[in-house]
Amino acid sequence: MEIKESVSNESPEEMVKKNIILTSLDKVFNYARAHSFWPVTMGLACCAIEMMASGGARYDIARFGYEVFRPSPRQADLMIVAGTITKKMQPIVKKIYDQMPEPKYVIAMGSCAISGGPFAGSYNVVDGADTFLPVDVYIPGCPPRPEALIQGLLELRKKVINPEVVKEKS
Amino acid sequence: MSEEIKEITTQEFKLNMGPQHPSTHGVYRAILTMDGEYIVDVENVMGYLHRGMEKIAENRSYTKFIPYTDRLDYLAAALNNWAYVGVVEKLMQIEVPERAEYMRVILGELQRIASHLVYTASFAIDLSGWTAWLYMFRDREKILDLFEMATGARLTLNSMRIGGMPSEFPPEFFPALEKLLDELPGCFEEYDGIITGNEIFQARTKNIGVMDVDTIINYGLGGPNLRASGLKYDLRKDMPYSVYDRFDFEVPVGEIGDCFDRYLVRMQEMRQSTRIIRQALEQMPEGPIMAKVPKVIKPPKGEAYYHIEGAKGWLGFYLVSDGSTNPYRLHIHSPSFVSLGAFPEMARGGNVQDLVSVIASIDIVLGEVDR
Amino acid sequence: MDFIKTIVELFEDKVEVIEGMDYPTFKVKKEDFLSVVTSLKTSEVLEFTFLIDLTAVEYDEYFEAVYHLMNLSNKQIIRLKVQLDKNNPSIASLTRLYKAADLQEKETYDLMGINYEGHEGLKRVLCPDDFEGHPLRKDYVMPDRGSK
Repeated sequence: MEIKESVSNESPEEMVKKNIILTSLDKVFNYARAHSFWPVTMGLACCAIEMMASGGARYDIARFGYEVFRPSPRQADLMIVAGTITKKMQPIVKKIYDQMPEPKYVIAMGSCAISGGPFAGSYNVVDGADTFLPVDVYIPGCPPRPEALIQGLLELRKKVINPEVVKEKS
Repeated sequence: MSEEIKEITTQEFKLNMGPQHPSTHGVYRAILTMDGEYIVDVENVMGYLHRGMEKIAENRSYTKFIPYTDRLDYLAAALNNWAYVGVVEKLMQIEVPERAEYMRVILGELQRIASHLVYTASFAIDLSGWTAWLYMFRDREKILDLFEMATGARLTLNSMRIGGMPSEFPPEFFPALEKLLDELPGCFEEYDGIITGNEIFQARTKNIGVMDVDTIINYGLGGPNLRASGLKYDLRKDMPYSVYDRFDFEVPVGEIGDCFDRYLVRMQEMRQSTRIIRQALEQMPEGPIMAKVPKVIKPPKGEAYYHIEGAKGWLGFYLVSDGSTNPYRLHIHSPSFVSLGAFPEMARGGNVQDLVSVIASIDIVLGEVDR
Repeated sequence: MDFIKTIVELFEDKVEVIEGMDYPTFKVKKEDFLSVVTSLKTSEVLEFTFLIDLTAVEYDEYFEAVYHLMNLSNKQIIRLKVQLDKNNPSIASLTRLYKAADLQEKETYDLMGINYEGHEGLKRVLCPDDFEGHPLRKDYVMPDRGSK
């Protein structure tokens, strides 16, 4: 009975402010998303092999729920940019990213995807994925070990569950 | 194609495959001209991973370029290191100490097995054999563990230096290697059971992508692809480099040069590689692992071509020196690039699903194709 | 070695032996090049049926096309070198003799800008189609490491 009274007493604006159901739904969604990323297979170079290895029996990325690698970007919500992005490949990477449905996240795996790595400055190499994509997590290494990829995915999980953590810092 | 199908006139159309496609082993793209389900022509489109290695080489010193060779064929880093340091040593006429040569053989053959394991695994996965893939990656991890002991890296080893090897194998390396060599034959048996004998695998690879030996030679394909067509020719045996003339091993050959033969040759090669490693362990002498090499590498003016039996074929480096600290010109002859040249002819006339078998069977790595 | 003598006798003044190389090296004139390679491949004594590698090098005064050929039965390797004009480097294509030349000539055209006469469909393979210049030429300067 008390609840009914409180609802009837408040104005619609106040209701929206206090509307905990909406935010908690977001949280529920984020929680679900964060525990089951569907990465698009964006294996470009050496790092892709370590990405494959992390799907193998020893590292078993399925323990965290991230094993559903999708060849089609339309079914994926995470792009692991694994390898050197060349100027010829850049428009295609962008196109695949654009085809992914929102919300979507990007992980730059390996030094090439972070900054061009050992190939920075070469005539056909783009200096990092963040020059044209919004990167969420950077995983250093050349190539990063599968453990590092898992760590990166767990960091992304934290970020997705608590988006405000990132907002406060910026 | 049966006679009835030939009579029906159809319109040709283009089909794009790649560069983001799970069966292209990286960022390779093929533009297929199709007649119904049959492939009329294939146009190779590559360069999506062209990182300008040869230009980078001209801007780095000789030693600094060794890590770059890891990233050429990233499935066989040690063999790339070997071919590169080999060409510099040939030009500088450096005599590599015997112990270092044996260490190179051990690392190189382990790398060959690791590379062939990825080949077999991706072949299986391209033909939808997910379970088989898990087996090879399980066993590959054991080899990568050994690499980690010896060099500190799993994939990009940077394992050799001009004039020898950077460091001795650690003591725990040898028992682990012995254990691996004991386990591997059993693993190969397992693969035979899960892939070689599989009916679906055989149906999709036998008599698919056949290329006879003369055409293969004309296309300039070396290594396992050449041997699969029936020519017994292995650089380790026929033009022995390093210490390969001291080992007793067979050179497996195929019969007709179809996808199944190309697969079978590599399966046999893995077995032979374990034999070579065993002999190398027995024969390995004590002694230094590094020749006397000046601190700054400055090869004399001149040029050299050096090629080894790589995991994908004959990997060659052509080096021109002007006497300075950087290479004047370094040309990388990559076997995967050459193999792709023959790919359209192998795929022509087949179905789309045959094309997937063919591209998996010739074993390409895009880091090496595009350089 | 015997086969060097055979080659010199067969081609007489068309080839010039360069001493002091890792493999027997012959300098060939541009206009004789195609006929020399044709006889090297088809001659029954020589049989250089395998084109190992094909590339080009830029020097201050000229371009040089470099070819490595192998005889599979006798396991011999030779190197052919052809000097090309600095301003307009072009040489006869080997695609009619070796199918291996097709892709590798495209690559050399792309990176070094050598024009292969008689090659059908010479175009860029590695660099993007709209790329300007030929990156492996010495006048193409690579920007410093990390400069954006």
